[in-house]
Amino acid sequence: MVPLEWYIGLSAVIFIIGVAGFMIRKNIIIMLMSIELMLNAVNISLVAFSHYLQDLRGQVMVFFIITVAAAEAAIGLAILVSLFKNKAAVHTDEIIEMKG
Amino acid sequence: MDKYVLIPLLPLTAFVINIIFGKWIIKEKAHWIAILAVLGSFAIAVSAFLEVLSGKVINYDVYNWIVSGNFKVTVGFLIDQLTAIMLIVVTSVSLLVHIYSVGYMHGDGGYYRFFAYLSLFTFSMLMLVMGNNLLQLYFGWEAVGLCSYFLIGFWYEKKSAADAGKKAFIVNRFGDFGFGIGVIMIFLMLGSLHYTEIFGKIGTLQGQAINILGYNVDLITLIALLLFCGAVGKSAQIPLHVWLPDAMEGPTPVSALIHAATMVTAGVFMVARFNPIFNLSETAMNVVALTGAITSLFAATIALVQNDIKRIVAYSTVSQLGYMFLACGVGAYGAGIFHLYTHAYFKALLFLGAGSVMHAMAGELDIQKMGGLKKYMPVTYWTFLIASLSIAGIPGLAGFFSKDEILWLAYNHGTVGKIVWAMGTAVAALTAFYSFRIIFLAFHGTFRGTHEQEHHLHESPKAMTMPLMILAVGAVAAGWVGIPAALGGSNAIAHFFEPVLGHPHVTAAHEEEYMVMGISIAAAIGGIFVSWIFYSLKPEIPKNLAVKFKSIYTTLWNKYYVDELYDFIIVRPVKWTATNILVAVTDGKIIEGIVNGVPAAIRNFGERLRKLQTGYLQHYALSMALGVFVILTLVLIAKGR
Amino acid sequence: MQIGYPILSTVIFLPIFGALLILLIKRTNEGLVKWSALLISVVTFILSIPLFVSFDKTTAAMQFAETRDWVPSWGIKYALGVDGISVLFVLLSTLLTILCVTVSWNSIKDKVKEFYAALLLIEGAMVGVFCSLDLFLFYIFWEAMLIPMYLLIGVWGGPNRVYAAIKFFLYTLVGSLLMLVGIIVLYLGTGMSFDILKMMTTNYPYDIQLILFWAFFAAFAVKVPMWPMHTWLPDAHTEAPTAGSVILAGILIKMGAYGFLRFNMPLFPEAAKAMAPAMMILSVIAIIYGGIICLGQTDLKRLIAYSSVSHMGFVTLGIFALNTQGIQGGILQMINHGIITGALFLCVGMIYDRTHTRQISDYGGAATILPIYAAFFMVFTLASIGLPGTNGFVGEFLIILGGFAASKILGVLAATGIIIGAAYMLWLYQKMFFMETGSKVQGHNDIDAREILTLVPLIILVFWIGIYPNTFLSFMDASVQNLINRVNEAGLAQTAQQAVEVIK
Repeated sequence: MVPLEWYIGLSAVIFIIGVAGFMIRKNIIIMLMSIELMLNAVNISLVAFSHYLQDLRGQVMVFFIITVAAAEAAIGLAILVSLFKNKAAVHTDEIIEMKG
Repeated sequence: MDKYVLIPLLPLTAFVINIIFGKWIIKEKAHWIAILAVLGSFAIAVSAFLEVLSGKVINYDVYNWIVSGNFKVTVGFLIDQLTAIMLIVVTSVSLLVHIYSVGYMHGDGGYYRFFAYLSLFTFSMLMLVMGNNLLQLYFGWEAVGLCSYFLIGFWYEKKSAADAGKKAFIVNRFGDFGFGIGVIMIFLMLGSLHYTEIFGKIGTLQGQAINILGYNVDLITLIALLLFCGAVGKSAQIPLHVWLPDAMEGPTPVSALIHAATMVTAGVFMVARFNPIFNLSETAMNVVALTGAITSLFAATIALVQNDIKRIVAYSTVSQLGYMFLACGVGAYGAGIFHLYTHAYFKALLFLGAGSVMHAMAGELDIQKMGGLKKYMPVTYWTFLIASLSIAGIPGLAGFFSKDEILWLAYNHGTVGKIVWAMGTAVAALTAFYSFRIIFLAFHGTFRGTHEQEHHLHESPKAMTMPLMILAVGAVAAGWVGIPAALGGSNAIAHFFEPVLGHPHVTAAHEEEYMVMGISIAAAIGGIFVSWIFYSLKPEIPKNLAVKFKSIYTTLWNKYYVDELYDFIIVRPVKWTATNILVAVTDGKIIEGIVNGVPAAIRNFGERLRKLQTGYLQHYALSMALGVFVILTLVLIAKGR
Repeated sequence: MQIGYPILSTVIFLPIFGALLILLIKRTNEGLVKWSALLISVVTFILSIPLFVSFDKTTAAMQFAETRDWVPSWGIKYALGVDGISVLFVLLSTLLTILCVTVSWNSIKDKVKEFYAALLLIEGAMVGVFCSLDLFLFYIFWEAMLIPMYLLIGVWGGPNRVYAAIKFFLYTLVGSLLMLVGIIVLYLGTGMSFDILKMMTTNYPYDIQLILFWAFFAAFAVKVPMWPMHTWLPDAHTEAPTAGSVILAGILIKMGAYGFLRFNMPLFPEAAKAMAPAMMILSVIAIIYGGIICLGQTDLKRLIAYSSVSHMGFVTLGIFALNTQGIQGGILQMINHGIITGALFLCVGMIYDRTHTRQISDYGGAATILPIYAAFFMVFTLASIGLPGTNGFVGEFLIILGGFAASKILGVLAATGIIIGAAYMLWLYQKMFFMETGSKVQGHNDIDAREILTLVPLIILVFWIGIYPNTFLSFMDASVQNLINRVNEAGLAQTAQQAVEVIK
């Protein structure tokens, strides 16, 4: 039996990789992938807790997250495509319209 | 409605008709309406005069003008002996000037406008003299000032004329400032502005003092002096005399009517009207007498050297007005008004004569460029000569009687009286001198102008010479109502005025009166004689004198530099403050600095704040992550406790 | 005095609905827009005439009153009414609006229907301000007036209009917000009521009065404008279109002084009494400062704007003299100033339509080219410098009389304003109308019948008030007396209270 701490540790590591990836990488595609990574890290911990607490609601939550992640990826990529069409860039350095 | 209301109302109606319809409909016939109106006023004025002569005093209110709380003023008329004589002077001179103007202003583009203004002036002046309360006097006072402004600046295209009109108005406002405060003080102290109530209650103020910046000032003296401020402005006394000579920019009939016979005498009229107040203050009386005497002498000296015919006469007016104040200041109000009345005729005559000369000379004013006009324009010459003799005080003519009355009463009025008498006698000599300077330079000798001008010389039309002749009769005969007892007369006018103005009782012997008379006659004849030597016999003398006493001559020529002084101490500093302090600094920098500074500071803060918005996605993500981290940490710490 | 319709509501809402109606007209149909604006303003004026005719001059009570519950749970009412202080302003507003419509006839060429709609909206809001007897309602109208005015300056103004409009808006808004705080305090202090009449009979503690006095002062002093809050006025006037300037000078800035009379004095009588000397000093500064600064102006409209500062100084001086002559003079002078300065701005607008310059130095000799215009301008100039026989004299004289009675030195200083006034107005008149004809003046037509008809009503008023001011003064008698009693009695109540405390 793998103890709960290991799952949480794995989840935390993957989450931190995701956060770091989001912060460090400038390519929007990779940033989107990092977001997926973070979501999946959360999924792991949810499933782990669900099993540990013997409560199915955690796993239900995971399905929601998977759905949202799918939708997010779809929309995010669509935005990315139109952004690329307009700006010919996928680097965040080149997309600083919000600069004050 | 009774007939007295019509006296001012007729000219007002003429004004309204002419100003509205004059330009398009009436045009060259504008004078008919104006003359008929003033003729009507004159007729009613004469009938009112006769009523007053029979001992009746008219005093009634027409309607309530301003009512506010306990403040109440009416429009009402008071016709007593003083007003009656003023009515006669105003309407008769006005009528003659109207007629004269038909000839003088013929063909001017603003013909209708001129007559409209003359009517408005006549109305205002009549309101001034007929009012039965101070505020109505003030109404007339300002309104005549306005007409003067219009008429001085009648040829407004000329900068000098526009400037002169404005100057007259503003200088007068300085006097009116004091006058207005005097009016307000009278109301606050006595609770009314009606003459009868003021004069009834003024005695209660006797001995009361008012504290001004730590000094105790006698209340009645203060009120009297404030009122006198107005008179100083309107009657062009020192230090507010500067506007009158410039006022000669206006058409000559205007100078005759407004700036010689009527409006400028309003100050004298006012002081005489308020004699119950002035009589209660020795100080105020002395101020009036000395101001009058000094102005009189001052203006006469300036008149000695001027070359502009109208300016000489203008300074002569200032000088004669000083004479009238001198009279009032020694308590001889009756004599002052008597002089006002005779002066109206001979001074109007002088001005109209000067106008006639200008008419012939095509606008030339410099007497040095005239000469020998006697043979071209005999009527003008003879009437001008009569006026000059009259103003010089040659026995038998109008000016002699009034001037003599003043000097005699001044002579009998203590120390101050003696001083002003001496000054007055000197002025008499100077007056004779400069008046005959005009006669000798302009009418005698040979013509010194251009050939073209000489060709153009002619006697003026009937419309102009007629009034001259009528006025000449006045200049001779107007004084006969005041022949003193010493010369076997009854001094009727002094007795006529006595109920209103009082009459100083003089106990001195006739012999003394003959002496005073003799001195002034000698002064007059001496003045004429010197003038004859200077300008007829040996014309090189005045030139040599001018060179010899150059500094005195230039000071006189530049009118003692009073205009320059005012320009330097008032006009320039105020303008400078307006542009360089108020506009540029207080409004521009300080107030606007704060007003625009606060928004600017907020904006500045915002500028700094927006630096945070870099536009880099990662920066936002980092701040979010940090935020989550900080909040979670805080929550955990809080839980841990 | 029974009138068949709710007169005040009609006068307020007729122009507002009229404005909405005008917005429905087709944009291209400018003629219809203009004529309907004229019709609405004239009908409004006619409907307001009963206020003048059937006003009961013997009572200080509110007349033509209307009261409805509006938001009962918060104590907000729809309450209208006029007394001797406000009634004349209602009439002046309805009259000036007509003139604003006619003077703009040819000069507004852009966004015509929005212009007239804005004008009518302002009219409704202005009348609302003068009639409101509920503080909440008052505040709504007070702020509502600001928006169309802001648009009037910002859209149809001169080259620097946006700056001027924003400045005007922010200045007044800052003042108004302080007043809003004051209103809320009053609301809580009057037992959850916005009823002005109730407030007028409530005695608040002195220190609260003092704070509230300053809070309301902020709003009103900016509007007047009192020195040193005046710098928005020249900018707003200079940039505003003619109609905007007329409304601004004629009515809008009167609301400040009206506010003093309606709120600061009866609501906080003791504070008003204590602060009166300070107010009078500020007024005298405004008179002299505003007058002298006129001499340094190069812009026609700016000069008249600054002269307004000076004239409004007279008004506030009279009001805070706290005596009958001062207050009556102050109110009358407000009307006078509305007429005179309104007329001067109308005149300036007329010549600006021809020459398209506001620089005084560009003018000269206009009396030869435009004689009728020159005559009209002269009458208003004379009224402005307070010549007896015109309305300006009656107002200024009563104010100086009242001011002198309250403080001799301030009275004398205020009187110098009359000299300065003559100096700058005659200087302006000379530069514009006398001397050689300026090139920009050359070749223009004299004013036409429309323009003459615009000015004639004001000329009539100038002389009417000048020659027989009692028609107007009698309106105020009872109300002003009531106001003075309120201020004086409150002082007495205060001393009585102190005396009681001392005895205890």
